[in-house]
Amino acid sequence: MTKKDLGLLILILVVGLGVYLVNPLFLSPNNLANTANLIALFGLFSIAQGFVIITGGIDLSVGSMIALLGVLFVDMVGRLGVPWPLAAAIVMGIGLLLGLAHGLLIARLHIQPFVVTLCGLLIYRGASRGYTADATAGFPFGTTYPGLDFFVARPWGIPTSVFVLAVVAVIAWIVLHRSVFGRYLFAVGKNEEAARFSGIRTGAVIIAAYTICAGLTAIAAIFFAMYTRSVSPSSHANFYELYAIAAAVLGGFSLRGGEGSIVGVILGTILLQVLQNLVNLLGIPSSLNFAVMGTVILVGVLVDQQWGSFRERRRIREAARTANGVAD
Amino acid sequence: MTATAPAPSPRAVQPFLRLRGVRKSYPGVVALAGLDLEVGSGEVIGLVGENGAGKSTLMNILGGVIAPDRGTIEVDGAPRAALTVGQSIGAGIAFVHQELNLFDNLDVAANVFIGREPRRYGLLNLVDTRRQRQAVAPLLKRLGANFGPDVPVRRLSLAQQQIVEIAKALSYDARLIILDEPTSSLPLRETEKLLEVIGSLKADGIATIFISHRLHEIERACDRVVVLRDGQLAGRLERSEITYQKLVRLMIGRDLKVVYTAPGAPRGEVVLSARAIRTAAYPHHPVDLDLHRGEILGLAGLVGSGRSELARALFGIDPIYGGSVVLGGAPLAITSTRSATGRGIFLVPENRKEAGILLDMSIAQNITLPNLEAYARGGIVLPAAEARRAEKSKADLDIRAPGVAARTGALSGGNQQKVALAKWLAMNPRVIILDEPTRGIDVGAKFEIYRLMRGLADAGVAVLMISSDMEEVIGVSDRIAVMHEGRISGMLDRDRFSEENVLMLAVGYGIDNAGATA
Repeated sequence: MTKKDLGLLILILVVGLGVYLVNPLFLSPNNLANTANLIALFGLFSIAQGFVIITGGIDLSVGSMIALLGVLFVDMVGRLGVPWPLAAAIVMGIGLLLGLAHGLLIARLHIQPFVVTLCGLLIYRGASRGYTADATAGFPFGTTYPGLDFFVARPWGIPTSVFVLAVVAVIAWIVLHRSVFGRYLFAVGKNEEAARFSGIRTGAVIIAAYTICAGLTAIAAIFFAMYTRSVSPSSHANFYELYAIAAAVLGGFSLRGGEGSIVGVILGTILLQVLQNLVNLLGIPSSLNFAVMGTVILVGVLVDQQWGSFRERRRIREAARTANGVAD
Repeated sequence: MTATAPAPSPRAVQPFLRLRGVRKSYPGVVALAGLDLEVGSGEVIGLVGENGAGKSTLMNILGGVIAPDRGTIEVDGAPRAALTVGQSIGAGIAFVHQELNLFDNLDVAANVFIGREPRRYGLLNLVDTRRQRQAVAPLLKRLGANFGPDVPVRRLSLAQQQIVEIAKALSYDARLIILDEPTSSLPLRETEKLLEVIGSLKADGIATIFISHRLHEIERACDRVVVLRDGQLAGRLERSEITYQKLVRLMIGRDLKVVYTAPGAPRGEVVLSARAIRTAAYPHHPVDLDLHRGEILGLAGLVGSGRSELARALFGIDPIYGGSVVLGGAPLAITSTRSATGRGIFLVPENRKEAGILLDMSIAQNITLPNLEAYARGGIVLPAAEARRAEKSKADLDIRAPGVAARTGALSGGNQQKVALAKWLAMNPRVIILDEPTRGIDVGAKFEIYRLMRGLADAGVAVLMISSDMEEVIGVSDRIAVMHEGRISGMLDRDRFSEENVLMLAVGYGIDNAGATA
C-alpha cells in the first residue's frame, strides 16, 4: 500500500466516521451490507476500467455495455428460458468479443480509444433499447430461479458479490502488479514507443487490456441485472463508465497511462460509494449526488497534485542547498 | 568607382555583419575558437563543416540564443558582446531551420503573422484575416510563389513551406536569412526553385547564409564558401575556386582522439546478410549489407541518408518493402520487433529517452523488459531473479547508480545508454545495431561504450554502429559502409579510412580508387 492509498483510506475512515456521528444508521448491518454490495459491483467494472487506463486508453462504453448485456441476460433467462449458466456464458462471450473489437480497432486500425468506445457507448445503449423496444426487460412475475439466488445471497451477512470482488481483485492485483503481462501493461502505458523497441507486442497488450475490461464488465453486468431484477435499458447503468474513471483517478491512476494500482481503484470505489451513502443518510437532496461527487474528486486530485509539486520543489531546494554546502 | 559618384556612406562600405574573435566553450569542448566572419549586404555565403564543427553554435549566437564567451558581433558597425533574441530579430537576422516551424492547420498568411496578427473589432479582438492576407500577398509575389496567402500550409510541398518561412522572414524586414540545409530533403526541381528565390533575395540586398553539403547548389548560389572546422575558420573559397576536393580537404584534418582497438580475432563468417532491402525512406533504393561475426561495421553518412531507417527495418520497427534477410544461413522474415529480438537481432535506437529506455521504470525493470519471461515462473515475475540479473549487468557494464531499483530517468546520459545496451547483452545477441551510441553522453562514458562494443565483437557478435561523429566512425570501426541518399555509396577497409574518403562517399561523390566499391 502506497502513501497515496493510505491517504485515501484515512479519508474514507474520516468521512465514514463523520457520517456515523451524524447518522448512526451508517454502521447498521443492513446499510453496511448494501453499501458493500454496491462497492463490489462498482469495483468490478472499475478494476476493468483500470486495466485500460493503465495503457493510456479509456473505455467509455462500460455503462452501455452493462445495460446491453443485462438486457440480454434477463431476456434469455426470463423470456427465452435459457438455463442461467448458459446465458451467463453467452453474455460473457459477447462481452469478450466486444472488448476484442474495441482492442482491434484501437491497436490495429489506430482509431483513438475515446472515439472507439464513445461509439460503443452510443451503439450498445441504442441496441439495448432497440432490443426491448424501450420496454423494461424483467423476469416474469412470480417465477423463481433457485440457481440465481446465488447472485443476491448474503452468506454470513456478506453479499456474494463481495466475495466475487475479492477473488477478482486478488487475481487482478497479481496480474497487474506481479505478472509479466502486468509489467507489459505498465510499459506500454508509460511509453509505448520504448516498449515496442524492447520487443513487446504493444498491439497485443492493448487488445488484451480492452478484452479484459469488457470481460470483467460482463461479470458486473450479470450482477447488476440480478441486483435490479429488471433492466430498463434507457436508464440502467447510465454514466457508470464515469464512476469507473472517477474511481481510478481518485485511486491514483494517471489518464496518460502507466500509473495506478488495484488497491487504489478499489479505495476510490469505496470512497465514491461512501459519498453516495452520505448523500442519502445525511438527507442531502439526491439530485445533488453528482455535485458532491464531482467536488470531492476535484478537491482530491487538486490536493494530491499540489502536495506532489510542493514536495518536488522542497526536494529541489534541499538538493540546491546541499550542493551549495559542498561548493562552499 | 568614378570621381563623380557620391561619397560612399559608411553604411555601404561596412558589411552588414562582422564577427571578430567569437569564442564559445562548454565544459570540455571548445565549440567556437575565435571565429572571424563577415557578411555583406546581398551576399550569399555557403557554410559547410562536419558535425561538431561549430555550425549550430554559430547559428545560436547569431540568433541570440547563446552568448559568446569572447569576441564582438558587429551589426551595421555597432559592436556588441552578444545579441539577445530581440536584438537579433530587430537587426533583421532570420532563420529557416531544417525542421520547419509552421502550423499545418493554419493558412499561409496566418503562419506569417503568427503571434502578431492584425486585429479588428476592438474588444472582440478578432483576427483581421483580410488585412493579414493582403499584407502577405506581395511577399509571396516577390518570392515568385505559385500559391496564395489563403492556402492551408499542410497542402504545400516542402519547398513551398520553405518559401512561407522566407516570407515570414521578409515580413520582419530580414536583412540576413540563414537557411539550414534547406535542400537536403527537396527533390531536384524544388531545389532549383529555392535557388532562384535566393537569387532574388540577393537582388534586393538581403544576405543569405546557406548551409548545405551539395556542391552544385553551393556553386550556383553562393558568392563564397566558408568552411568551419573545430570551431575555427578552416578556409574560404570564392565561387570560381569551389570543388569537392577543396571543400573536403578544408573540412577534414581534425585531431582524431579515438584510438583504434584491433579486434581480438580476424572477422568471422557472415551472420546477417541483407539483400536488396527497401525501406520506407527510400523505397526506390535497394540496400545490400553483410554483417560479419566479430566485426564492428561503421555506418556513416549524412543525416537523412537512410541509415536509421535501415536499422529500424532490420529490427522490425518499420516494414521492409522488399528484398530478403538471411540470418546464420537461414532466411528470416522480419515482421515485428519480436521476430528480430527472438533471433538475437537487437537495436539500441538513437533517441534514447523516447525509445531506448523507459525513463519512468527502474534499471532492473528496463534490463529485464525484453526477456521478462526468463525471469518469471508461470507468468509471475520473480523479483529476486530480476534483481540478480540487473546487479550482474550493473557490475559488468559499470552502471553508476545508487541501486538497480533506481529510476532510470535519474541517471546520466552515459549510464542510461549502458542500461539500453544492458537489456540486449542479457539476451545473447548475434547482431547489435547501435544508432548514434554516444550522442549526448560525456567523454568518459563514450570510451566505455567503445570498449563494450569491442568486447561484444570479440565475443562473436556482429556490431553495426551508425554514427555521424567522424572521429568515432574512423576510430572505432573495423570497416566503414557509407550511405548516401538511401544507397550504400561505398565500403571502406581500414587501410582506406580517411575523413576525406568517408565525406566524399557521404556527399555521393565517389572516390576513384579500387578500394572503394559502389
